[in-house]
This record gives sequence, structure tokens and C-alpha cells, in this order.
Amino acid sequence: MACLVIAEHDNAELKPATLHTVTAAAAIGGDIDVLVAGSGCGAVGEAAAQIAGVARVLVADDAALEHHLAENMAPLVAGLASNYSHVLAPSTTFAKNFMPRAAALIDAQQISDITEVISPDTFVRPVYAGNAMATVRSSDPVKLITVRTTAFKVAELGGAAPVEAAPAAAESGLSGFVGRELSKSERPELTSARVIVSGGRGMQNGENFALLEALADKLGAAVGASRAAVDAGFVPNDYQVGQTGKIVAPDLYIAVGISGAIQHLAGMKDSKVIVAINKDEDAPIFQIADYGIVGDLFKVVPELTEELGD
Amino acid sequence: MKVLVAVKRVIDFNVKIRVKSDGTGVETANVKMSMNPFDEIAIEEAVRLKESGAAEEIVAVSIGVQQCQETLRTAFAIGADRGILVVTEEPPEPLAVAKLLKAIVDEEKPDLVLLGKQAIDDDFNQTGQMLAGLLGWAQGAFASKIVPADGKIVVTREVDGGLETVSLDTPAVVTTDLRLNEPRYASLPNIMKAKKKIIDQKTPADYGVDTTPRLTTLSVAEPTKREAGVKVDNVAELVAKLRDEAGVI
Repeated sequence: MACLVIAEHDNAELKPATLHTVTAAAAIGGDIDVLVAGSGCGAVGEAAAQIAGVARVLVADDAALEHHLAENMAPLVAGLASNYSHVLAPSTTFAKNFMPRAAALIDAQQISDITEVISPDTFVRPVYAGNAMATVRSSDPVKLITVRTTAFKVAELGGAAPVEAAPAAAESGLSGFVGRELSKSERPELTSARVIVSGGRGMQNGENFALLEALADKLGAAVGASRAAVDAGFVPNDYQVGQTGKIVAPDLYIAVGISGAIQHLAGMKDSKVIVAINKDEDAPIFQIADYGIVGDLFKVVPELTEELGD
Repeated sequence: MKVLVAVKRVIDFNVKIRVKSDGTGVETANVKMSMNPFDEIAIEEAVRLKESGAAEEIVAVSIGVQQCQETLRTAFAIGADRGILVVTEEPPEPLAVAKLLKAIVDEEKPDLVLLGKQAIDDDFNQTGQMLAGLLGWAQGAFASKIVPADGKIVVTREVDGGLETVSLDTPAVVTTDLRLNEPRYASLPNIMKAKKKIIDQKTPADYGVDTTPRLTTLSVAEPTKREAGVKVDNVAELVAKLRDEAGVI
């Protein structure tokens, strides 16, 4: 048995999602290789080599892989797959784009978004927006898997795996990268933040999110939002926490003016501690919150920021 | 341009899911079924392409039980021109669906295939990418904007951290994200007209596709429930609890 983990990175830095995925691979067993596919990504390869438990790092450094276009990534992953029993990648938009395409190329039925490894062929995964958990067994000879990163701990560092060159990639010529608009923020990323302050429809408008930003600055937190707040145009799409947005599991999640639609709960219910601030004492969010304050957020949030001041 | 759209019949998104007591699946008896919301967005986008003059014909495809006819009628009421229903007893897995769609694409020769990015029942998020792989076509997954231009299709994709834009050679496969559009409500005259549109019935055998599942569902369980905690009276008490009891700040 041997696992290949596809590293998520931006050609400069290894993303934490990779470390969670290595832990999932370790739960399956066997040697773990990591593939770093990109352009000018040598430093990422060096970083991956430091993950404890990794046997070998393969670096595919090619201009065709710079933007991780699915048309170029999938054949590379599919070509390497036959050397392994399992190929794993984080269940993020990075890998969700090319992994199913690679699975189709080797005639495998991918297992998406696993939250638990029962045995090398049996896994637990959420269905119906996390309202049910299915235990599934795969009969495919090579199993392609995406991993819900919040369900697996971060792998430790301290390894020193050899770094080797992966087989060459090819430019498909089917698609071209035009551009990328990433939200700029000084704050931590939602999916890896230790604390998240999130706002909902109760924020009333985008300007009021400044209240949450002030609180987030005190806590070193990321700022998120419910789908209602995103749909109302208060904040950009990538703030969205929930089934159709980001799945998060920080140590502390502070839900402000969020009623707690199933859709939102599916994205944050695995947080260690949940705090709810809402003026409606019957809001569903209180049914899953560890600590709740019933009150006007425009009064409570500034007080909380003040109280944390020292 | 000819557009093919795949639509799936799923439990309506407003229904509260109940896991069967014997752990074999979720309760579907007497439960409202609807078109997968992401697929509705795909149909709406195809209709908008037709209205703008970029597309001439829209073919809707559904795969599953006989009642998927209703899902196709919904697609017709929004504006699809005709339908293909591949009848199966159980909904096939994404890989088998992608193989069936490839066979249909080989016959229909569309310039663009639109699909929802994922079905809200199995939450796999695979079929579109798999179909593009099997066809050897360009793909634009999780689209929030689709612009046909000069024989190419420019797709803005929703990715973690923001948006990414790619230019696809045609033919291409595009999967829709939530913010691509807001599907219209079908008008009564269009619902009536939808009843007359033609559905071509097929089986997987007609396409020579083996739909045997690769995954066996051993059990389906309720997720672990979170217990409700306590309500605190004021901010000072909250901070004390977070600091001393929970130890998270």
C-alpha cells in the first residue's frame, strides 16, 4: 500500500490543507509520497519534505502547471496514480477542479470529502449538506480521495524526505489562464484561522462589518459571513461560511447576527467553541452554541471588543 | 451554439433530511422532490445564452427513475427545447453518469455542456469534471460568469480566496456555482408549453454503458449532534467563560 498526496500551494508557499491531507493518508497506512505540481515551486517541494511521515517528495516543475489548470493537472495525476493504492488531495477548490477529471481518466469513482478513514477501502463522508454521514466501501483498485481538511489534524513537521523530479507534464492547449482576483486581507485565512468572527443578515449593511473587523483584530481572527450576508452584498463571496461556501472548524467561532440556517451550520458546526450573539432568543444558532448572548449586536460587539482590550 | 444541460432529480432543498432508522439511507417516501438547485442555474444560463442569440438549441438530459420526466418538464418550462431521459432504477454514481453523458454528447454534438457543480443529495462535485476528462474537452468548474467570445468561452470561477478567470476552447464543459444567476419562475403559459415538448427515453444499455456502482454504502447515520450550551447575561461573563472555562482566548 502506498499513498500519493497532492500538495496545495501557490508556487511560493505550501498551504496548510496539505498537512491535514497527509494525516488522512497516514490513517490509511503505507508509504506517503507528496506531489508538488507547479512552476518555480522548488521551495514548496523543500517545505513538503519537512512534513513528518513523508517518504518522498515529487516535484513537477513546468510552466504548464503554473496555474494548476485541470486540463494539465489531471493527466499528470492520472499518470502517477498507477504507482499507488490511494491518491489524496484536500477538498478545496484547488483539488476539486482536477481530481474528478483525473479519476475519470483512470476509470475510478472518486470518494469526495472524507471525514474519517475506517479501513484502507472504507471511508465516512457527509451527504445532504452534512445532515447524514455515509460509510462507503470502494472497489476501485486505485482510490482517488478528497479530504475534508477540518476532520483531520495538521501533520507535524520535522521530516527530511528526499525530493525528486516527477515525470514531465504537457500543455493541453485546451484552456488558458486569464487572471485571478484574490481578496486582499491582513487577517488569517478563513480555513486555517484559529478564531473566526462571522456576521449575518443582522449586520444590516457592509459598513457595519467594521465592528466585526475591530473585534477580529483584537483576537487575531479571520472575518466570515453567512450566505444571507453575502447574498445581500454586505461582503464578497469568499467570506461565506457554509455548505456552499467554506467549511471551517476553528477553536473559537463567534456568530454575530446569524440566525443559524442549516446551510450555515453545515459549514461551522465542528468548531471547538461556538459563541452566538443574536437579539432573537429563539434563533436556531443558540441550539448549537456553547455560549450565547441575547442582545443587540451593535451594543454587545463593541463591549466585547472593549472588554478584550487589555 | 448548441447547449446540452444535465439535470438531476433530488430531495427538495427545503426538506429536512431524516435518516432511516435501519441506517440504509435517508427517508425518500412522500418527500418532495425537485430539480437540483445548481442544475436549475445551469438551465437558466442556457436560456439566457439563447435569449442573447449565442445559443440556438437547448437539450436537457436527466438520468434516473421515470419521475425524472417531471425534472425535464421543469427544464422545459424554464426554456429547454427537448429532453433525453436515461431510465435507471437507482441513480448512477458520477462516473457512470459522466459515461452516459459522454455517449449522449457523441450523438448530439453540443458546443457547450452545462451542469450544476454538485448535487445536493450525494454532494460529490465530480460529474462535470469527469465528463470533460472523458471527452478531452476544456472545463470551467464553479462558474460565476460565462461569456462566449470569438469561438472561446471565458469563464470566471469561484475559487477559495476569490475569483479566477480562464479562457476555454470550444466545445467545453462548464459547471455552475450559486452566483451565476437567479433562475426565473416559469410562467403558466411556459409550463403549459412544456407539456408538449418531446422526451426521448433511453436506457444505459442503449449507450453500452455499465452503471454498476463502485462504491457500496455500508451505512448512513445521523451526524453527531452538538448540545446547546448556556446563555450568559453579559459580556464580562462571556469573556470570563471563554478565558477560564473554554480556554480559547
